[in-house]
Amino acid sequence: MQVTATALSAADPFRDYDAGPYFCELTGARDGDGGAAAEVRARIATIGLDALRARAAAAEGELINLGVTFTVYTEAQAIDRILPFDCIPRILTAAEWRRLEAGVKQRVAALNAFLHDIYHGRKIIRDGVVPEDLVLGNANYRPEMENFPVRFGTYVHICGTDIVRDQNGDFLVLEDNARTPSGVSYVVENRHLMSRTFPDLMAGQRLRPVDDYGRRLLEAMVEIAPEGVDEPQVVLLSPGIYNSAYFEHVFLAREMGVPLVEGADLVVENDRVWMRTTAGRRAVHTIYRRIGDDFLDPTVFRPESLLGVPGLIGAWRRGNVTLANAVGTGVADDKAIYAYMPRIIRYYLDEDAILPNVQTHICREKEGLDYTLAHLHELVTKPVGESGGYGITIGPRASQAELDHARAAIVADPANWISQPMISLSVAPTLTEQGIRPRHLDLRPFAVTGRQTWVLPGGLSRVALKEGSLVVNSSQGGGSKDTWVLADPGETL
Amino acid sequence: MPRPAPLLARYAEGLFWMARYLERIENLARLVDVTQTFESPGRETEAWQALIRINADEDELARRGLTATPEAVKHFYLLDHANPTGIQTSLEAARTNARTLRPLISTEMWKQINIFHREIGALTEADITGDQLSPVCARIKEGVQAHTGITEGTLFRDQGWCFYQLGRLIERADQTTRLLDIRYHLLVHGHSEERRVAELTQWNGVLRAVAGYHAFRRVGGADFGAVDVVAFLLHDTSFPRSVALCVAEIDALLTRLRSRYGLRGTVAALERVEELRAGVLGRPAARVLADGLHQFLDGVQRDLILLAGEIGTAFFRDWRPLEAASQSQSQTQTA
Repeated sequence: MQVTATALSAADPFRDYDAGPYFCELTGARDGDGGAAAEVRARIATIGLDALRARAAAAEGELINLGVTFTVYTEAQAIDRILPFDCIPRILTAAEWRRLEAGVKQRVAALNAFLHDIYHGRKIIRDGVVPEDLVLGNANYRPEMENFPVRFGTYVHICGTDIVRDQNGDFLVLEDNARTPSGVSYVVENRHLMSRTFPDLMAGQRLRPVDDYGRRLLEAMVEIAPEGVDEPQVVLLSPGIYNSAYFEHVFLAREMGVPLVEGADLVVENDRVWMRTTAGRRAVHTIYRRIGDDFLDPTVFRPESLLGVPGLIGAWRRGNVTLANAVGTGVADDKAIYAYMPRIIRYYLDEDAILPNVQTHICREKEGLDYTLAHLHELVTKPVGESGGYGITIGPRASQAELDHARAAIVADPANWISQPMISLSVAPTLTEQGIRPRHLDLRPFAVTGRQTWVLPGGLSRVALKEGSLVVNSSQGGGSKDTWVLADPGETL
Repeated sequence: MPRPAPLLARYAEGLFWMARYLERIENLARLVDVTQTFESPGRETEAWQALIRINADEDELARRGLTATPEAVKHFYLLDHANPTGIQTSLEAARTNARTLRPLISTEMWKQINIFHREIGALTEADITGDQLSPVCARIKEGVQAHTGITEGTLFRDQGWCFYQLGRLIERADQTTRLLDIRYHLLVHGHSEERRVAELTQWNGVLRAVAGYHAFRRVGGADFGAVDVVAFLLHDTSFPRSVALCVAEIDALLTRLRSRYGLRGTVAALERVEELRAGVLGRPAARVLADGLHQFLDGVQRDLILLAGEIGTAFFRDWRPLEAASQSQSQTQTA
């Protein structure tokens, strides 16, 4: 029988959708979604594939015009790119979110307790829970922080926790980002974009709002300002318009209603920080800095840095200004420390981790080493001191020679290695040239901590747009989705 | 009422220059458009040479090994991304400032300038050839006018607005003097009656270029001469692009910065405004013409540069006033 073009485009776009062996974020069975997922599918079918594509293209055009972009630098030029936006939302139920939220809060509490401890009494090291050299030998350990008090014991004011879901639908933490995590602007912008271009998908859905982030962030920044300051002046310190995340800096400064400053706008005199305004200098009390530790103060760290402010660390050590996040948090979100996070949580909070780690075998420990060497072909092995995927061997996809090479490297220096099972990341229906297809994704919720921790409902869902790919990074073909957290039936929004 | 928010010196500088560059773009489009109407058969090149002269671009053109043919000059101002006085460079600079100012300006302002920048950046030779030139100039003017309208309707009116307006008004006054100057550089040929008619045609062209033709008709009388046009463009405070109106508004803005926002650095700038006012308004157009229009306009341009320098010294970060400004009147690039 011949199928006409009209009949084809009118057909259910989900007709030949097959998530395969993976957990699907839209079609997978879950309790408590109140039929929201089925409703979204039905509405997408009503819109139809052609209209879906046209609107998705219009939405991306809107992002370009609005300059909701990150900058990619090639040798010849700077190119403004959008983070590709996939219009099919990712849905989290109220129950799923409760668990995620509690898990993220727990993790932030443990990270802060750990940082306080290692920069003070180092009890956790003396008790033999975390090896001393992993902390003191870490490149991100900052002796300047030793015995330095921070308000409310909060070091990690803004935290991004990378979370994945395995084939059973269980959430696992892949990584903590406790330095200057980025991406929150896309969470809010995606929601705005969604409500402009897909009002019919959103109509009547009871979603937890995301537009409260700026207010919550400002509140925390005011809370952590040096004691005794009545109306603290908060600023956001950015490397400037050539930074790839500049849009996010603009977004956050606007949402908080505070000046976006560059290093040259600030000056330190008598251990106090001032910003240069048209009316002269004006005192600054809290700096949300989007500049790495190394670049903050050329007189203390990298002398060649032009991004920072000479004397800033001195002013901070005198307690005249607060930095968020604190200096030296990088020691806690490191791959080596990550492996110890379940133990760190238990040590400080006397609780099991609500969100488990991806199972990690620590090769510096005999048990972990033996297991790793015996199951090399099933495991992903990673050197702890590297980032950006360098040195990783994916057992199931590696040749014998590669496995031999990995084995030799691990045996030569076990302490430098961890291994993890390969995770079958969950998928979500994603609009592709072939139609609606499953693509792998992760989730990065954002937690803001002053006196207490608040977690933005949802977070950034990053999706690997290439078929089969597990790489969700924006620099390597990743996109994003609007992340919906369904409200509890009785909840007022 | 909440206390007024502080304004970073860098933002004030960015607003000032964004406005200046955009105003410059609009005026350059006006100049290019009117130059085309000044082309007389067999002497097409003369009009374009005059355009080069009033912008003091002889050296820049020579450095490229170019002569002022109509094609070369049009390309130089409209398409050349390396010409510091051209539309492309000015728009690039305006957008870079807008980007710096994104925390402050409205999303609608940013979106429009972003789209405008992309559209003008994509212009090609074919777009400015023959009968395409005038529509392109119109598009450029309209792009800036859209910016101006969106800004008027959306930009928060705190002290940042004053710096934005100061940049625009200083540039506008400067550009009006240049437009007047173009007449000076155009040679008119033929017998006396022929010359009189040709000159009138040129003055009408100047008036049309600044959108002042019809207004001038209403106030200028039937039997007008050069002195009436010069008086209109210099002195008539009802005409939006007159030097006198720009100076009066600059005065009001500086006073507002001082009284409402407590900025104490306005004294030197206000003194410059006084000098400009005395120099421009205090001299009747007939005397200006008798003493030499070109020299007079040069003097006004110099005073405007000094005024911009005083504002920069008082309020902007890292401003290096006179040596940079007197050459190119472009923004100092800071790291």
